[in-house]
Formats: sequence, C-alpha cells, structure tokens
Amino acid sequence: MTSVPIIQTDKVIKEYGMGNVRVSALNGVTLTIGENEFVAIMGPSGSGKSTLLNILGCLDRPTSGEYYLAGEDVSNMNKVQLAIVRNRKIGFVFQSYNLLTRTTAVDNVLLPLIYQHDDTMNEEEQYQRALKALDSVGLSDRVMHQPHELSGGQKQRVAIARALINNPVLILADEPTGNLDSKSGQEIMALLSELHKQGRTIVMVTHDDAIATFAQRIIRLFDGKIAIDQLNGQHQPAGAIQGGEDAN
Amino acid sequence: MRTKKVIRIAWQGLVRNKFRSLLTMLGVIIGVSAVIIMISVSAGTEATISDQISGLGTNLVFVYPNFSRGGFGKDVQNNSGGLVYDDAFAISDQINGVKGVVVEQNSSQMVKVGNITIDDGSILGTTADFPTVRDMDIASGRYFNQNEVDRKQKVAVLGSSLAEELFGEIPPVGQVVTVGSIKATVIGVFEEKGLVGEVDFDSRIYMPITVVLQKFTPSRLSKIMGDRVKMIYVSVDENAQMDDVIGQIELLLAKRHDVSLDSPDFMIQTQQDIIQTKEATTKAFRNLLAWVAAVSLIVGGIGIMNIMMVSVTERTREIGIRQAVGANPNDIRLQFLTEALLLSLVGGFIGVLVGIGGAWVFGILGDMRTVIVPSSILLAFGSAAAVGIFFGYYPANKAAQLDPIEALRHE
Repeated sequence: MTSVPIIQTDKVIKEYGMGNVRVSALNGVTLTIGENEFVAIMGPSGSGKSTLLNILGCLDRPTSGEYYLAGEDVSNMNKVQLAIVRNRKIGFVFQSYNLLTRTTAVDNVLLPLIYQHDDTMNEEEQYQRALKALDSVGLSDRVMHQPHELSGGQKQRVAIARALINNPVLILADEPTGNLDSKSGQEIMALLSELHKQGRTIVMVTHDDAIATFAQRIIRLFDGKIAIDQLNGQHQPAGAIQGGEDAN
Repeated sequence: MRTKKVIRIAWQGLVRNKFRSLLTMLGVIIGVSAVIIMISVSAGTEATISDQISGLGTNLVFVYPNFSRGGFGKDVQNNSGGLVYDDAFAISDQINGVKGVVVEQNSSQMVKVGNITIDDGSILGTTADFPTVRDMDIASGRYFNQNEVDRKQKVAVLGSSLAEELFGEIPPVGQVVTVGSIKATVIGVFEEKGLVGEVDFDSRIYMPITVVLQKFTPSRLSKIMGDRVKMIYVSVDENAQMDDVIGQIELLLAKRHDVSLDSPDFMIQTQQDIIQTKEATTKAFRNLLAWVAAVSLIVGGIGIMNIMMVSVTERTREIGIRQAVGANPNDIRLQFLTEALLLSLVGGFIGVLVGIGGAWVFGILGDMRTVIVPSSILLAFGSAAAVGIFFGYYPANKAAQLDPIEALRHE
C-alpha cells in the first residue's frame, strides 16, 4: 500500500455569490480517502454533497483550502490543467449516464482517449481498448448500439466502461442508480463492488441508504460540514477513520 | 490523427442536420458563385478586348458624327449634315501622317449564286484602303482600287467562309454573284480572319461603298448633302504623332462643316478611348458583382454565426460531457470552429460549382464571353474559409468558456 492518499483535502470552503450576499456550500471540509477505499457521501439536499463531488472531480475549484489528488495539489490549477487531471486521473459515472447521443457505445467509451493529447495510441489501439472496457462491464454484444437502443442499466455500464478506459486513480459516482429500477441498480452496484475488489478507489454520492451499504465507509454531510464519518455498520465520530487502514 | 478525428466529429454534426446546414450555407454559396462569375466575366471581357486590339489593326482613329452637340438655347447650327463620304477623301488627301482612310456602310441583301441563296447576306461597302487599315490579306485575286470605287464598279471581294459556302471547290474569282438587285463580279477572296469582337469578317461580301450607298441604302438627302456615312476609320502612319493627326482632322472637319471646335458636330476617338469605354462598362458590372459577393459572404457569415450559436446552446450537455472526460477549452473551441469552417468550405465548394455553371449560362444567355480563371476558385475558397473562421470564432469561444458543471446540468 502506498502512503500517499488518493484524496486529501484541508479546510475546503466553497462560497458562491459576490460581496455581501455570499452563500457557503462547503464550510471547511477536511477529508482523507486512501487507495482502494469505497466511500459513500450522504446528506440531505443542500448539505453540499454535489459541491464536494464537483471539487473532488476537478470540475470546480475550492474558494479556499487545499485539495491534493494522489499527492498533486489541484486546488489552484487553471481550466486546462484541470481538464488534464480529469482526463488522466478521474472517471465519472453520472445519474443520467451523460452519454453522447447518436454515438455508438464504443465511440462513447473511447471519448476520453480522444482528449489525451498525446499520440502514443493509434486509433486501432484506442478502439481495441474500448472494446476491452466494454467487455469488462459485460457489454461486448452492444458495441455498435447507440444510447437510445440500450436499457438504463446498459447505458450506465457503458458510462462505467468510459470511466475505466483511462485507468483513473479515482472513480466518482453521482447517484449511479438514481435513474434505474432496483434490479438494474443492484447490478450496477455489484459491478462497482467488483471494481472495488479489483483495487479501484470509488467515491459515490447517494441519498439511498440501501445503496450506501455497498460502501465500506459512509460520510454524512450537514450544512457543508462533515457530520459523521464512519465505517459501514459502525458508529464512530467524524475524523476517527484514517483512510485505507481498515481491513478489507 | 487528432485532426482527422476533429474533422470527422464536425462532419457528423453537419450531416445530422442536412437541411439546416444547406440553408446556412446558402449565403456562402451565393457569395462564392458571385466571385467566380464576376472574375470570369471580367476575364472574358479582357480577352475580347485584347482580341479586338489585335484584330482592329494598330493606330486606328475613329471619326463619328455627333448630333448631340450644343443643345437648346445654345448656338445650335443648322448646317450639320453629320459626316459625309467626301470628308473621308478630304482627310486622306489633305492630312499628313495618314496611312489610309476607310469608310464603311453595312447592308443586308439576298446573295445568290446558281441555286445557292443566302437570304440575309452581310454586305460591307468600303473603300480601297480597307485591307491595309483593317489588316486583311487577300488569298486569291485582288482587292478593288480607288478607281473602281469612284466609278461605282460592280465588283465584290468575298470573305473566306462565304466563298466556300457559295462556290465550294470552284475558284470564285471571275464568277458572278447576285447581290440584291445587282450582279457583281468576284475579283478576290480574303484569307481567313476569324471573329473580331462579335463581327465575323469571313462571312461578308466586300463591295465599293459607292455601289452600296447608291443601290442599297439611298437617302433623299444624298443628292444635296453628299452621301452620309456612320464612321470614318483613319489609319495613322506609325511614324506620325497620333495627337498631331487628330488635331489636324479636327481643324479640317470643323472648317469643312463650318462649326467651331468648341461644339463640333463630330467626335474623334482612338482605339484606346474605345477600349477604355468598354472597360468602364465591364468595370461597373464587375463592381456590382463584387458588392453582391461581399454582401452575401457577410450575410452568409452571419447565418453561420447564428446557426453555430443555436448549435452551442442545443449541445450544451454534449459540451459538458466532453469537458468532464478531459476536453479543455481549446478542444471545444477547435471542434466548433471546425464545424463553422466545414460549413463555409462545403458552401464554398457548392458555390464554386454553381459559379462555374453560372458563368457558362451567363456566357450563353448574357451574350458575353466568360473565362473561368483557376485562381478565382482559390480566391473564392479562401474568402469562404475566412468567413467561416471569422464568424465561427465567437460561438466557438462561447462554447469553450462554458462552465462544465452548468453544462452538465443543462437539459
């Protein structure tokens, strides 16, 4: 096990608005998540889950505080640098899949490779890698299908394949089962658990307790702060867990 | 590899909305085709003018009658009879530095030899200096001389194609041809000359002008005022000063017509003047087309900009997805700029085809010569591309500046 945590934040504050009318969405979040953890972030609406996920995903920058992703300070990066970090280190899985319409499954999966900005991989290699990723989520028979020809569960599996293709250090899932029926939801969670077993680090936002039980560790946010940080099934005060030390 | 991909993605975007893309391209299509037609027309005119310069013979001065001198209230003189046949001889006899003087009178008559009849044969009545002044060579026989002109001899010299049409293999010299009401003896045949401007020199019959004036175009005034002519061609000697000769002609004609030089009843033009007039006419047409081209390219550009703005809004979600997986602002800008460029280049390509077709149709219907200039195709493509980049930049930049979180949330 490496000593560098995947996620390390220090007093992350996020405020919106200008001048006197300032709304703070995050109110000093200090958080460490180690390699190969499976963390669920929970909390009521307006607690700051989405804001935290956006910052962890390098889609947004904290107003103040620090964020190290796999040892790299990303809190002060510009747009271009953040895009590179998203491309190389993060895989997103969204509630509404966010696949390109009228684009085949395989083309959706290899989309991150287009934005790699190095020409080490030719198109054939990219294609082969996308096929492999689709195969790993059990969709090798849906390669040329477009999103409207796929079920919700299949769409989410395409999205997971897309999240995996760049071999990211972190997978961020935002309500991955929110648009799915319970059976498909269970399948997607089984797939995420499987990825966790293979050594992936996964952070998932959900409001569904049943879904959160798939995670090892549950962080509850309230008013932009971490209220509870506990191992699944236990009750421990916030900050008691140092990520990655628990037995798997 | 990435460039290829960018172009492919942009192309798919256009094909998805074929009809919309076509409508968007319309402005560019019109602009580009106008550029091509404009250049082909002006190139055609230049070619025609340069043909005329080589065909007219050099150092030519044209003398016309001018009936519009003076005007109401001014010293309008009543003694203007325009130009008469004798003016030509006066110029020829009294002015130094004149190589030859030609007077022409056209007529259309029935021409008949044996059982071959041409209903509207073109007759040109002219004088003995004609071959010198207009640069024509005799193929067989000879041209008529001044003596024959003076004595109104019924002789004819044939253009090369007419000679063949009328006589075929038979040598025409010595044969008789019926022209209108008279019978003329063929004394010579010209070498082939080809088209000069719009006039076919090879299909005409050349006869002494005296015969044409008397037999085919008689005027009641002829007996009193002398035979009127429409134009006198004066060929100036190579060694003589053009301006000097023109000055002498002006003085002479003013004296003969009893008019002042301030309001003469004639006009003198050089070949240069005529070319300039023609050029001015085509230049006006060319300028008009240039404006049409510029305006439609700008309108086309605005159309592209408008559609690209709509497209950026419609595809906000797509932009967000691309940003989330690692597209940076430059990637997004490049993608939309490529779409705009592709739109204008495809429009440019269609415009080139329409322009070539249009130039061809213009040549047939508009009674003008058009020449497709290859570099004009390049110019047209270039301006289309410039329009695409210029008007595509703003929407592309707008797409690039989108916030990924907002974009992903967009419905």
